[in-house]
Amino acid sequence: MSVDLATVKRVAHLARIAVSEEDAARMEGELNAILGFVEQLSEVDVDGVEPMTSVTPMQMRKRTDTVTDGSKTADILANAPESAETFFTVPKVVE
Amino acid sequence: MTDLTRLTIAEARDEMGKGAFSSVELTEAYLKAIDAANAAINAYVTVTADKALDMAKASDARRAAGTAGALEGIPLGIKDLYATEGVHTQACSHVLDGFEPRYESTVTANLWADGAVMLGKLNMDEFAMGSSNETSYYGPVINPWRAEGSDARLVPGGSSGGSAAAVAAWLCAGATATDTGGSIRQPAAFTGTVGIKPTYGRCSRWGIAAFASSLDQAGPIARDVRDAAILLKSMASVDDKDTTSVDLPVPDYEAALGGSVKGLKIGIPREYRMDGMPAEIDALWQQGIAWLKDAGAEIVDIELPHTKYALPAYYIVAPAEASSNLARYDGVRYGLRMPGKDIVDMYEQTRAAGFGQEVKRRIMIGTYVLSAGYYDAYYLRAQKLRTLIKRDFELAFDAGVDAILTPATPSSAFAVGDESLASDPVKMYLNDVFTVTVNMAGLPGIAVPAGLDPKGLPLGLQLIGRPFEEETLFRTAHVIEQAAGRFAPKRWW
Repeated sequence: MSVDLATVKRVAHLARIAVSEEDAARMEGELNAILGFVEQLSEVDVDGVEPMTSVTPMQMRKRTDTVTDGSKTADILANAPESAETFFTVPKVVE
Repeated sequence: MTDLTRLTIAEARDEMGKGAFSSVELTEAYLKAIDAANAAINAYVTVTADKALDMAKASDARRAAGTAGALEGIPLGIKDLYATEGVHTQACSHVLDGFEPRYESTVTANLWADGAVMLGKLNMDEFAMGSSNETSYYGPVINPWRAEGSDARLVPGGSSGGSAAAVAAWLCAGATATDTGGSIRQPAAFTGTVGIKPTYGRCSRWGIAAFASSLDQAGPIARDVRDAAILLKSMASVDDKDTTSVDLPVPDYEAALGGSVKGLKIGIPREYRMDGMPAEIDALWQQGIAWLKDAGAEIVDIELPHTKYALPAYYIVAPAEASSNLARYDGVRYGLRMPGKDIVDMYEQTRAAGFGQEVKRRIMIGTYVLSAGYYDAYYLRAQKLRTLIKRDFELAFDAGVDAILTPATPSSAFAVGDESLASDPVKMYLNDVFTVTVNMAGLPGIAVPAGLDPKGLPLGLQLIGRPFEEETLFRTAHVIEQAAGRFAPKRWW
């Protein structure tokens, strides 16, 4: 399988990365090189093989359902590029 | 006085225990060495000199009070991927500009609890994506090693290139690193240092910027096998904040050194003899086999038939997980924000400006293979391949193999700015061909220096072990180290 220029632009938008025409054209070649490389997986018969979901055969530990942390508004906002009072601020999303 | 930076962790620990010098003196020696070398090597992206001296003073006070820990007063470098409270933590990416977390990663917290001192944050490939340390926003790291009779700049490998170079150039006593496809073992091999990627789950991933969560694992890079054992003992722990960390006691890895490998069954996988493998890599491998045989190990040929599919499967699984993990860098909560005409444009402009080419490439591949209609063909198939890769190892271990010996890398260190690698991302990916299988199967792997190539550059061997049997790897790597000797670069910086 390979990608064309329109697919590159669609995927870039899905990934929320702005691309110029020039970027998209370069990426088309690079992505196709990588997709060409992974193509060899199709020669393996994987019928009846379970997909791996965990490398270690273990039961995932679960925490007790209790509040252990919180009230750290200042810490959480400390690295925000823009904030106001106790909120992150973003460009207007509702007209 | 002898140069304190030349001491291993074990030597410095023992000397400080006898009162030969203080942690402040040792820390000052390292800070001076960094000051003199970093312009040439570029291993550190930030040096925390004041914090280091404060930590060293506190360490000396603890020692005087009789409460010295296992790493008391030992100055370490920390890969920029680890969150360190109030200190530059950017995964060497522009997108995390100015980020100083309000929390400490579990692994680094464990090191400080054992008395270690932080010298600063180490350069790396952006978000740990790279095999040459050239994708860093902070520029490439220069390998302290040079080919005989040449002053050409070589890469230290990646992604933990800053960690490996700092350890090899005596700019820290040891360093933290991380390994998703070979990012500890390949740079260790390129710099004549020892690096271990422990079993998945041995170290907590909490507070380490995520790249591919099912593959990422923390580990140390050190001057020798003993130091790597000492560091891993302190780094490893079970952690409530990482549900994939395992609740198994952490052994005293150092105690495993010096043990005999007599009767140990060492597997030699035929599939690792790649077409076009350089003669010096094969010779090194044969030498490693001979050393272990001489030490009484039993050498057996094994088959790992799905080896060749590990790298292509990795280049589906790792980008897929990365595309999800890196979705959080959106210009809202931390780091860089670029202006946009609306919120989506703000996201897109921020991510376009913040991520480098290699990171974008992998996010795009990951987004594509997870997109509607392609999931089964790519991601699901790759996860099935992963089951088969792991099964290959299990069959070998079930047949009694204790550890597997392979080369660590297909070549020695290459030049900074290598044209053929820069123009072909897949060619760069092939650097991880011997190491990536280990991440795909969640196994422990150690790279240990074993010799020099004809250009005088270090080469490493890799040992792969059963899950949570790092002690066998340390014991066996120590036998190789004793036979091979130590390797250090000639100082030019």
